[in-house]
Amino acid sequence: MTVATSHRHRKVAEPRPPLALKQSRLPRWTLPVLALVAVGAGCGIGLVAGLDSTVQWGLIAALLFVLATYLLTTAVEGTRQAKDRLATSAVWTAFLLAVVPLASLLWETVARGTKVLDGYFLSHSMGTLPDALPGGGVYHAIIGTLEQVGLATLIAAPLGLLTAIYLVEYGRGRLAKVVTFFVDVMTGIPSIVAGLFVLSVWILILGFGPSGFAGSMALAILMMPVVVRSTEEMLKLVPNELREASLALGVPKWRTILKVVLPTSIGGITTGVMLAIARITGETAPVLLLVWGAKTINNNPFDGAQQSLPLYVFQQWQQGSDASYDRAWAAALVLIAFVMVLNLVARGIARWKAPKAGR
Amino acid sequence: MKLQRKNRVRALAVGALAVSGALALTACGSDNTSGGSGGSGSSAKAANIKCEGKGKLLASGSSAQKNAMDVWVQNYSGACQGTEINYQPTGSGAGVTTFLQGQTAFAGSDSALKPEEITKSKTLCKGGQGIDLPMVGGPIAVGYNVPGVDNLVLDAPTLAKIFDSQITNWNDAAIKKLNPGAKLPDLKIQAFHRSDDSGTTDNFTKYLKAASGGAWKHEPGKKWEGTGGQAASGSAGVSSQVKQTSGAISYFELSYATSGKIPTVKINTGAKAPVEATVDNASKAISEAQPVGQGAGDLALKLNYATKAEGAYPITLVTYEIACDKGNKADTLPATKSFLTYVSSKDGQDALKALGYAPLPTEIADKVRKTVATLS
Amino acid sequence: MDYSTSPLSETPPPPPAAASVSGRTVRPGDRIFLGLSRGSGVALLVIMAAIAAFLTYRSVLAISGDKSNFFTTLDWNATGTEPKFGIAVLAFGTVVSSVIAMAIAVPVAVGIALFISHYAPRKLASPLGYVIDLLAAVPSIVYGLWGALFLVPHLSGLYGWLDDYLGWTGIFSYSNGAARSLFTVGILLAIMILPIVTSVSREVFLQVPRMHEEAALALGATRWEVIRMSVLPFGRSGVISASMLGLGRALGETMAVATVLSPSFLISASLLDPGGGTFAQNIASKFSEADTFGQDALIASGLVLFVITLLVNGAARLIIARRKEYSGASS
Repeated sequence: MTVATSHRHRKVAEPRPPLALKQSRLPRWTLPVLALVAVGAGCGIGLVAGLDSTVQWGLIAALLFVLATYLLTTAVEGTRQAKDRLATSAVWTAFLLAVVPLASLLWETVARGTKVLDGYFLSHSMGTLPDALPGGGVYHAIIGTLEQVGLATLIAAPLGLLTAIYLVEYGRGRLAKVVTFFVDVMTGIPSIVAGLFVLSVWILILGFGPSGFAGSMALAILMMPVVVRSTEEMLKLVPNELREASLALGVPKWRTILKVVLPTSIGGITTGVMLAIARITGETAPVLLLVWGAKTINNNPFDGAQQSLPLYVFQQWQQGSDASYDRAWAAALVLIAFVMVLNLVARGIARWKAPKAGR
Repeated sequence: MKLQRKNRVRALAVGALAVSGALALTACGSDNTSGGSGGSGSSAKAANIKCEGKGKLLASGSSAQKNAMDVWVQNYSGACQGTEINYQPTGSGAGVTTFLQGQTAFAGSDSALKPEEITKSKTLCKGGQGIDLPMVGGPIAVGYNVPGVDNLVLDAPTLAKIFDSQITNWNDAAIKKLNPGAKLPDLKIQAFHRSDDSGTTDNFTKYLKAASGGAWKHEPGKKWEGTGGQAASGSAGVSSQVKQTSGAISYFELSYATSGKIPTVKINTGAKAPVEATVDNASKAISEAQPVGQGAGDLALKLNYATKAEGAYPITLVTYEIACDKGNKADTLPATKSFLTYVSSKDGQDALKALGYAPLPTEIADKVRKTVATLS
Repeated sequence: MDYSTSPLSETPPPPPAAASVSGRTVRPGDRIFLGLSRGSGVALLVIMAAIAAFLTYRSVLAISGDKSNFFTTLDWNATGTEPKFGIAVLAFGTVVSSVIAMAIAVPVAVGIALFISHYAPRKLASPLGYVIDLLAAVPSIVYGLWGALFLVPHLSGLYGWLDDYLGWTGIFSYSNGAARSLFTVGILLAIMILPIVTSVSREVFLQVPRMHEEAALALGATRWEVIRMSVLPFGRSGVISASMLGLGRALGETMAVATVLSPSFLISASLLDPGGGTFAQNIASKFSEADTFGQDALIASGLVLFVITLLVNGAARLIIARRKEYSGASS
């Protein structure tokens, strides 16, 4: 009995005295045994019914397990506990369901990407090498992506953050409503349309040539609504008590925002900005129109055509030869690694800046 | 306050680190200079390339001539260090559009300029107009994936019916009649076409229309009009579908068939023997083409898709470079002229064969060279 | 952000006593900050208005040149001398594939988010959250590659099974082609937006005040009851907003759809058979060979995508507005 109750306590994670003095519980070994039985039954049914897919066996087993747990718990512990168990099973199922494709995706990328990924690949451009031949590298694309995404973030993140602050902390009038409306509109812009807009204004009307900066402007347009929406959401979650406490102490509103509201929500805001960066890092269409793409290194984002990683992946995929497929996967891996590093840095900053939270 | 200052200093330090890191990164890479082992055209003699002009040359257009352009650029910039040519395979339509907007030095296109595009080009080319210079020809192969069959012969009416969902099984009587010895399986035909608009589709449907004797009822064009079938994007897309789908058939440039090791259909044109999709056979068909250009320098060609000549492969594609005959931009003119001179030269054309493209027949190539020499 | 933080260290904080008295005077810091934030809101507005004007102008050009009904035509032929094109197929395909994607992704994503925030062992939770964030950043072309090379070949078995048991509905009939259909697009889009929805939902679930949960626990609630009574109500607007982010990506997704779908300009009841199309995929497929008028036509279809997104967002805003009591904002 003691064993059983300790198990229950650990699952709730908060020790508390039992409500009823005599509440019957399932012994601890029930669940593993049920699982084993379910797996056995699943395999048995699969064999008998002649289902050739092992996925189906697994599904049957899972279904049986969930059903059996629910019925048994209802009988022994009552409906409330049974519902709890059912929810637990559902959550676990959701998790396992999602793990399979996502793990497969990561695995494929790593397995195929490491084929040509080496120091030479990272430190050289394609130069004049024809895309159909093996060799070459991704260096020019890395430089291009770093500069374009960096510039886009420099434009979009402050604008987006301040707009969100305006909407949440100040916005009450008609202006706020109009801005909210247009931010919603902006989330629906197809990326190629943003590219076309910058193309007709910056390149066709103003007469500038294609450059990394032209691409950054289109990327910034795509990034801003994402930053605004997620920041808005996070700012709204900051408890009003914190603001009121700060204001009551006589701290001016702008300091309250900078010193209380923002630090409290900095983790969520950083995640939002990271997601926005992630979205624009993978954009191909506007880059193709505005940055043009190139095979050689160009370190200056304000003059001349550049390359970017997603465009590189896309072009190598389009090329369709074995050598270019290898390069496409390797570049995709580089892109993922790049975002991973970015993510780590952002998390570091969030942890360093954030006040001690409950969790 | 003190704490705050410390934070600021730390933030500054992080920023400085990031900037210096980025700077260090920009210094450490280098352009790839290795020629690529076995590069087909890299044996071209540098002495034959006359370098003129310096700087960066932007161009864009047809993806069908991308591989040819890659090799030309490699050879040309190997000889001419000061010039950098940047060709992006954005598609013919986009290539012509950007050229007419004045963004590029020249465009690559699968189809000749339309009359209204020539009118537009007159504002861009001061005192002249845009002209089509044929540079690359190539066979469009019909690749298939039928287990147990590796020598398939078809003719235009049968192809038309297959791609129009009128013949739906590989053991159809019409196919059997053309392949008396083959073991044709009872297998559903999965005909794939391009989902994007494409010059390859344009040429393939023109062939079906011209040679099928009325079996193909749709208007030829860049957009696929046939009934039924499945679609995939790009030549790479359709060829990979053929490779992985049993019973599939589709059309794409010969190089995709070669690199994907996909068997190709021999075409029964009415000549003595069925014609295989090869570079030489395509060259033969292109030599029958008629010039239809508007204006003196325009060398647009009209292909004879219904050819019955011995060993002439009828499904071919000719792609053009488009530039101004007069009034090219002064800063890019010397480099454009010198590059196009190399491309149309014998060395430039000979480099194509190994890539699955067909060199231009001599008399057409001569005309192109003469026209390129007069560009101004 | 530089300019907004710089006045911070220079201005000494006003003495608290003075501040509490002068509740109505506006401090210069406040004025600057309000100006800055309002200014960026206005800047955003100006950019947006410019884009909207640009789009509308070119769309009007396209629609007035269309020789057939823009909304009902089942074809897209914008480059000929007699341009005829319509968005019916695209609207159908976009809505259907997004609905499938949301129906699969949102429940699963909420499940994963709950798993990470409330069920997973503490040691596992933080790396898991990290991996999910990472997956949200995988570019769509990679999902497209994976979908075309891995997902499509593995789905025909499932589709055959669905056809056997549910084929009579018409929706799930399947005739053994490659599994390059709208349903496949829906599944791939679901996998794509899963990390985004999860990531934002998890962040929201972690913001649930601890006191709410502890109060529920103290009343003897089971873990599921805690979640149902305190976590989900608090997180609802966040989850909806996360779903909208995901939906935005699903509606506008281009490359992944273009690699997986076998497009055609037909509306077919069967979702498992190849065919259909989406706005973004159509733009990508047609754009490279379009002339200027063809581009206008594609932009017009982009405008429709816009309006659809707008309607969806508006609906979400309405739902969120009803739950305002949980929002902490001062307004």
